[in-house]
Amino acid sequence: MAILVDESTRLLVQGITGREGSFHTEQMIEYGTTVVAGVTPGAGGRQVHGVPVFDTVADAVAATQPNVSFVAVPAPFAPDAILEAAEAGIPLIVCITEGIPVLEMVRVAHAVRSRGVRLIGPNCPGLISPGKAKVGIMPGFIHMPGPVGIVSRSGTLTYEVVWALTRAGIGQSTAVGIGGDPVIGTSFVDVLEMFERDPETQAIVLIGEIGGADEEAAAEFIRQHVSKPVVGFIAGRTAPPGRRMGHAGAIISGGRGTAAEKIAALEAAGVPVAERPAQVADLVRQVLERR
Amino acid sequence: MDLHEYQAAEIFGRYGIPVNRGIVARAPEEARAAAERLGGQVVVKAQVHAGGRGKAGGIRLASDPLEAEAVARQILGMTIRGRVVRKVLVAPAVAFVREYYLGVVLDRDARRVVVMGSSAGGVDIEEVARERPEAIVREHADPFLGFLDYQARRLAFRLGVEPELARGFAAIARQLYQAYVDCDASLAEINPLVLTQERTWLALDTKVVLDDNGLFRHPDLAELRDPEEEDPLEHEARLAGISFVRLEGTVGCIVNGAGLSMATMDAIKLYGGEPANFLDIGGGASAQRVAAALRIVVADPNVRSILVNIFGGITRGDVVAQGLLEAFREVEVRVPIVIRLVGTRQEEGRRMLEEAGFTVVDTMEEAAERAVALAKSQ
Repeated sequence: MAILVDESTRLLVQGITGREGSFHTEQMIEYGTTVVAGVTPGAGGRQVHGVPVFDTVADAVAATQPNVSFVAVPAPFAPDAILEAAEAGIPLIVCITEGIPVLEMVRVAHAVRSRGVRLIGPNCPGLISPGKAKVGIMPGFIHMPGPVGIVSRSGTLTYEVVWALTRAGIGQSTAVGIGGDPVIGTSFVDVLEMFERDPETQAIVLIGEIGGADEEAAAEFIRQHVSKPVVGFIAGRTAPPGRRMGHAGAIISGGRGTAAEKIAALEAAGVPVAERPAQVADLVRQVLERR
Repeated sequence: MDLHEYQAAEIFGRYGIPVNRGIVARAPEEARAAAERLGGQVVVKAQVHAGGRGKAGGIRLASDPLEAEAVARQILGMTIRGRVVRKVLVAPAVAFVREYYLGVVLDRDARRVVVMGSSAGGVDIEEVARERPEAIVREHADPFLGFLDYQARRLAFRLGVEPELARGFAAIARQLYQAYVDCDASLAEINPLVLTQERTWLALDTKVVLDDNGLFRHPDLAELRDPEEEDPLEHEARLAGISFVRLEGTVGCIVNGAGLSMATMDAIKLYGGEPANFLDIGGGASAQRVAAALRIVVADPNVRSILVNIFGGITRGDVVAQGLLEAFREVEVRVPIVIRLVGTRQEEGRRMLEEAGFTVVDTMEEAAERAVALAKSQ
């Protein structure tokens, strides 16, 4: 078991002929992910790394039955690509694109939800179930299979924590990057709920950052509904208010969304919060030993 | 991206929102001329990307052109929250009987746009939200249908606007929402929206913040960016496509990834130092981007040491190291550098950097500790 992606994943890559799409298709295949099709409008009939390319998602679905789509399409066209995948009935869409206007995402998030489709991202590294499938841009070699589920708003910071866990001999069930934008398809709470139900996951790591109140909502959810131990890390203790820290969603506005608030909320829910990324591994070992 | 009050007023005016039109002045004499043209009592307002202008003395009344010139002389050049005032807006002074707040913003938790109104206008709305949350009325726009007429009316009535004035108030609220959507704004605000003595509505102060991600489809709005308001280093970083926020510490940071950049800053603080900046070079860590980042970081005279923290990921460690070496050849650096590099073939990368005389460490914690110690010993 794992969540969202595994050996049964049949992946479609939207934007497969682009630089990012082509490169990451090769990387995902190399990791062992089953990539069944690609879509680039106008490139139908071609092949990329042995993967057949279609003009439309509907054609790709009819011919190859994908169950996950990876969207690596530039920001101006990404909302349309997500909606095309949703309309074609692909139940899980992972969008790595950075720079989508937030008002586009308001419409897209509601549209995909109304179709019962799960969107992860945008502006995220994707997700990986180590040893099973990688649907994302993360380096596969830093992961190892194991009992820890990871959910994060960040990319390289997640790699940092995963690397610390792997070096400590602690493997991961699934690592999910939910994205750094203000409006994203899947929240911390959504992923926590899945990890709580996943029998393979024995502990959960939540990596948050300044901005919004998703971590506070997660803390409340953990307090009420999560029986598995959770360890936290929050980036941005030193971030100044009112400034966007790289991610469009990482901003303290109106005095809300500070790291201090989020850490306090998590600690109040019984979640130990690490001061340094590497310390997450120590805390995870402690909570696993206690179980 | 922040707009000035006068730019926001210009946009709202195009949507039929009654705004208090003024004249922008860059010199005291221009303020006098503006006051002469407007006639009567005027208000002289600092045009600067900082809140709290009123409290800082950046908004002043003047009863005649000479006084307008004198007041403008005081305001121009003053510093408000670290920003120098280079322009003022001279606008007619308006007598009013009531002040409201009207704003459009994204509600992240609801994933919807929300229109907010309050009868406590003219004061800091964040303060109202903290102290009297019941004084704020909210209406969420439908993601597909938008902000509807009945919602705008309901907003007006809940704020206690008299029936004969509610239609005008509602029209302004809807136009404000439309302006927000059309501009890809992240904030559109009128504070205060006043009821004048003549019982008409007038937007006395206007504010717009644009979603940076939406600028690609609004080249006309992108041109409204005021380069005078931007820190010169932040300006350079933006042109190079690097996320950079200048801070006040002494340890310069060059990191790939926004979350890791924040975590690196936090680690510097944890080991007793202060970060000089947030800097995310983005993916890939090419020689060109690292060189651009180095130029920006060394241009800050406060920087005493530099921490380079690259989680190479898919990019090979030796390729990243090659890029770093090229960048270091290109940019003269007079402060010590600590490098932390992780990635495939990181050992090769590390050896290349060490052979070139650089300090390379294994973990982010060690890197932060070393960089802080070096900054303190400089």
